[in-house]
Amino acid sequence: MLKSKTFVKKTRSGGVLKIVREHYLRDDIWCGCVGCSTCLQENPVLQSEPVMESALCDKPHYILPDTNVLLHQIDILEDPVIQNVIVLQTVLQEVRSRSAPVYKRIKDVISKPEKHFYTFTNEHHRETYIEREQGESANDRNDRAIRIAVKWYNAHLKKDSGDVLQAILITNDRRNKEKAVEAGITAYTCEEYIKSLIANPELVDRLACISDEQHEIESGRILFLEHIPLSRLQQGIKSGTYLQGTFRASRDNYLEATVWIHGDAEENKEIIIQGLRNLNRAIHEDIVAVEMLAKDQWMAPSSIILQDEGQNEDDMENEEEKEKLLKSTASKSMLKPSGRVVGIIKRNWRPYCGMLSKSQIKEATKHLFTPADRRIPRIRIETRQASVLEGQRIIVAIDGWPRNSRYPNGHFVRSLGTAGDKETETEVLLLEHDVPHQPFSQVVLSFLPKMPWSITEKDMKHREDLRHLYVCSVDPPGCTDIDDALHCHNLENGNLEVGVHIADVSYFIRPGNALDQESENRGTTVYLCEKRIDMVPDLLSSNLCSLRSDGDRLAFSCIWEINYNAEILNTKFTKSVIRSKASLTYAEAQMRIDSTSMNDDITKSLRGLNKLAKILKKRRIDKGALTLSSPEVRFHMDSETHDPIDLQTKELRETNSMVEEFMLLANVSVAEKIYNEFSECALLRKHPAPPLSNYDILVKAAKSKDLEIKIDSAKALADSLDKAECSSFPYLNTLLRILATRCMMQAVYFCSGMDSDFHHYGLASPIYTHFTSPIRRYSDIIVHRLLAAAIGADCTYPELMDKHKLAEICKNLNYRHKMAQYSQRASVAFHTQLFFKSKGIVSEEGYILFVRKNAIVVLIPKFGLEGTVFFEQKDMPKPKLFYNDEIPTLTVEDVCFYMFDKVKVKITLDASNIQHQKIRMALVEPQIPGFNVPKQKYANGEPEQKKCKMDS
Amino acid sequence: MAGLELLSDQGYRLDGRKAVELRKIRARMGVFAQADGSAYIEQGNTKALAVVYGPHEIRGSRSKALHDRAVVNCQYSMATFSTGERKRRPHGDRKSSEMTLHLKQTFEAAILTQLYPRSQIDIYVQILQADGGNYCACVNAATLAIMDAGIPMRDYVCACSTGFIEDTPLVDLSYIEEAAGGPQLALALLPKSEQIALLEMNSRLHEDHLEKVLDAASKACRDVYAVLDRVVRDHVQEVCTLLGE
Repeated sequence: MLKSKTFVKKTRSGGVLKIVREHYLRDDIWCGCVGCSTCLQENPVLQSEPVMESALCDKPHYILPDTNVLLHQIDILEDPVIQNVIVLQTVLQEVRSRSAPVYKRIKDVISKPEKHFYTFTNEHHRETYIEREQGESANDRNDRAIRIAVKWYNAHLKKDSGDVLQAILITNDRRNKEKAVEAGITAYTCEEYIKSLIANPELVDRLACISDEQHEIESGRILFLEHIPLSRLQQGIKSGTYLQGTFRASRDNYLEATVWIHGDAEENKEIIIQGLRNLNRAIHEDIVAVEMLAKDQWMAPSSIILQDEGQNEDDMENEEEKEKLLKSTASKSMLKPSGRVVGIIKRNWRPYCGMLSKSQIKEATKHLFTPADRRIPRIRIETRQASVLEGQRIIVAIDGWPRNSRYPNGHFVRSLGTAGDKETETEVLLLEHDVPHQPFSQVVLSFLPKMPWSITEKDMKHREDLRHLYVCSVDPPGCTDIDDALHCHNLENGNLEVGVHIADVSYFIRPGNALDQESENRGTTVYLCEKRIDMVPDLLSSNLCSLRSDGDRLAFSCIWEINYNAEILNTKFTKSVIRSKASLTYAEAQMRIDSTSMNDDITKSLRGLNKLAKILKKRRIDKGALTLSSPEVRFHMDSETHDPIDLQTKELRETNSMVEEFMLLANVSVAEKIYNEFSECALLRKHPAPPLSNYDILVKAAKSKDLEIKIDSAKALADSLDKAECSSFPYLNTLLRILATRCMMQAVYFCSGMDSDFHHYGLASPIYTHFTSPIRRYSDIIVHRLLAAAIGADCTYPELMDKHKLAEICKNLNYRHKMAQYSQRASVAFHTQLFFKSKGIVSEEGYILFVRKNAIVVLIPKFGLEGTVFFEQKDMPKPKLFYNDEIPTLTVEDVCFYMFDKVKVKITLDASNIQHQKIRMALVEPQIPGFNVPKQKYANGEPEQKKCKMDS
Repeated sequence: MAGLELLSDQGYRLDGRKAVELRKIRARMGVFAQADGSAYIEQGNTKALAVVYGPHEIRGSRSKALHDRAVVNCQYSMATFSTGERKRRPHGDRKSSEMTLHLKQTFEAAILTQLYPRSQIDIYVQILQADGGNYCACVNAATLAIMDAGIPMRDYVCACSTGFIEDTPLVDLSYIEEAAGGPQLALALLPKSEQIALLEMNSRLHEDHLEKVLDAASKACRDVYAVLDRVVRDHVQEVCTLLGE
């Protein structure tokens, strides 16, 4: 079964260490072709008649890419057109050590059966294994191994199928290709081959343009200094000549960036880089090495806004002028530590969304691409379909940035659709926020229960039958993924029984399978204005798991015995079967509670719950829980076009807080239970107390209105917020609460074994977790599994008990939640724009939320809209500004702006840049001479440079 | 660099074996003339030498003697040149004392000690080259040496280590696989009766996986048995021809 040959491999690691490894060569590694008679394989992957029509090679053939082709042209290989590819183990291993993301992608491609990619383990095949020769570099050896493998394939295919099939080497290395041709192997460069593909001309655009090293110098002047190689950078970082940090490009000025230095050095934490040459081809998010400049060359962060708009690629003179502009504006006192980028430690490129700016020359094939993210430089791509792509949102990947090029080179990946379209823009915002939103794959769907599904006897075994209870759910209108339901009834002993029933999602999603992995990766359901990106497939989220009132549903119940003072006497957790008696909206539930005529069981149960909730809430607030506020709005959508026609601030009823109260109670009870049972690996949620300095702005702002906010504890803060009222200004309290929300820290998931601080500041609870929404949060699924294991209703599995794995999951969940939040805000911003587009120009009243050095931030409660009014413009005479940090106030000419002042602004949509449409605000009241927008004359031209920052 | 891929998607390990395949085993019995029994074994790059004396009278203090069975005395050591770096290894360090104890337990279970009351059997094993699975190589070598000495045993004692990586049990771990730090299980089995002479595990393994790993380990031990049995039969045949029968 195994013919083995033992031999010795030597490697060096650190010092000189001889490592002896065995290397078995086998003759049971098969070629992977369907219909091969010599190989005894079970599941051949490669088709016997590969169809890829190439002008270069008329016979059916397989292609074998070498390492560099795989690394750089992965976009092409991922295309569905490319099939029947043989990936050698040598190539795969080289890719693995050189680029983890590409390795992941090629592994995904290999696992897709319809792509017919086969991995040939050539290093362990008796006939294709070669030893490194004397004086041969590792790269040369690998190239030779690849050529030998291609040769073997050709001989093997010939023997088996006559002269019909062929294997072709694809390599971009000229020497490798020459040697291959010498050895009688058909070899093409990737470009040659892709161009020769009949019927697929569009693939050419996706070729990455890697210029050969030797060609690089020949054209044009060198614009940038050379990057210092990694080994010397590391030496430099160790000795302190260079500093390592994350490169963050400026949003407003393409010639400026900051580098956040890693480590905990006190000074020079943040280094300013200015000017194209100093930026030296670093791109946002790269890890770079910087060299500090001498003190006399230090620069100040500029306040001007510069956008890269030049079409001509080589006008460096122009750039230099602009750079001068930067310097002249700097004043002595503002100078900050400055530096220049000397080398790149790690690129963090990803595919970017954006739009094509077509070249002015009609026949040109090279065009510039402007990414949606302003921190990314423009990218030069080569395409022949520029006229088609113009006006579309497209995705482009960067391939490299040669020293003689003003812009990085890239290639077109795919098109998303027409810019400005609702679907396209939604796609863009999902992509930019890294939200997985593809439809669920077949593998994932295969783990869904088969329909029609019903509860069987086996399911009932570990479950309590609670179908007789009067359970009902209370949710916002139009909600289809109902994951919680409640009940309450009197017990014989005079106490109350209250139950919270949560959809039993963990029953359907079993640990480890594809469905579980997919939902773990998604982490959360993302709610956009008109769309929901589900975490679990629709069948589960809106049918089997949704606790609708039309049938029996599996649930995980948390049942308390509570007395009339809302003291918990007894807690019980059980898996159960329930039948919801009614799915109510908040308004309907409120109506039932208030109605005097209704006295059915559901209404009684609701009233009982409501009464208890009030006591619970009061107790919680007494303990110091915060009631915060944020301006949230809801769009009314046109039912046909799905355009927003009106917006409305969210209304809060008693029933909202009733449901919330019991969910909090369930979460706390579950958190205690799982922590007691699994002290090392419970998934909990904490909310750290913010540092006191965060509250500065809140305290100052309140003082300016003669109110006092105490911040020494959560309780003091909550109390002082309650007291902070002003009879003449009822909205002030909400404003203060909005401001307080901005001072808070993010709540995060964590694993109890990895942290010691469990406190939840906002809820004033010593321990907390998420249990109540397993349909839309993965954290809750984990908590369900832990709780099920704790009560013996389900078995554990290894990953659940592994605190490091759990910590990893938490990290992903925190990231996904943050991104979901950002994309929600971006979606609201986009819909606000649509709304104002249809509405035209509006004047509205708002309040000043913040005062900045040269601007005020205005909140318009009616729309929940926040925008900035700038007082300095490019083409306008500067008004006299005086900023007082202590109060804080901003005096413009004679008008003094305090925080919370009422102002009137004009809102318009600026669609001049189709990629960055924005809401502009202009001041109408109070009057500032020479600055205001005239009250009536709306039609007359654009207002001044105003910018709305929605995603702060 | 991103660590080593211990098991590729195609199911091959670093050295080209599949998950359930053993390394190549080569063994010889009767390598020394002075000792009562001796054997040498190679399991891939792990090489071990075992020497057996006895049964003979108790040496040293007589108080150690057991009236109803023989005393099994083991000693495990590693040659200074057995690893990549030359290292002096004094006797009686923690690691080798533990190994000694394990060997003792294993063979007390396998040798029919009640046949030799008040006597002693000495087993000396030395690792000449270490490349993972040291305990297992020692057990296998000692089994052959005991047979060479003609001491009756219940059955062969066959040992094999098993790791658990990426939800797959890997059999007969090499040094790099051991160094990766996953759970590792060493099993010494009496293959005919499938009785376990010794089972040792280090690092944590979830109990759901234990059965899977144990199955793989006992399958591997039976594979080892097949090889050892072949060696013994060949050796006996050779001896017979030499004796001219």
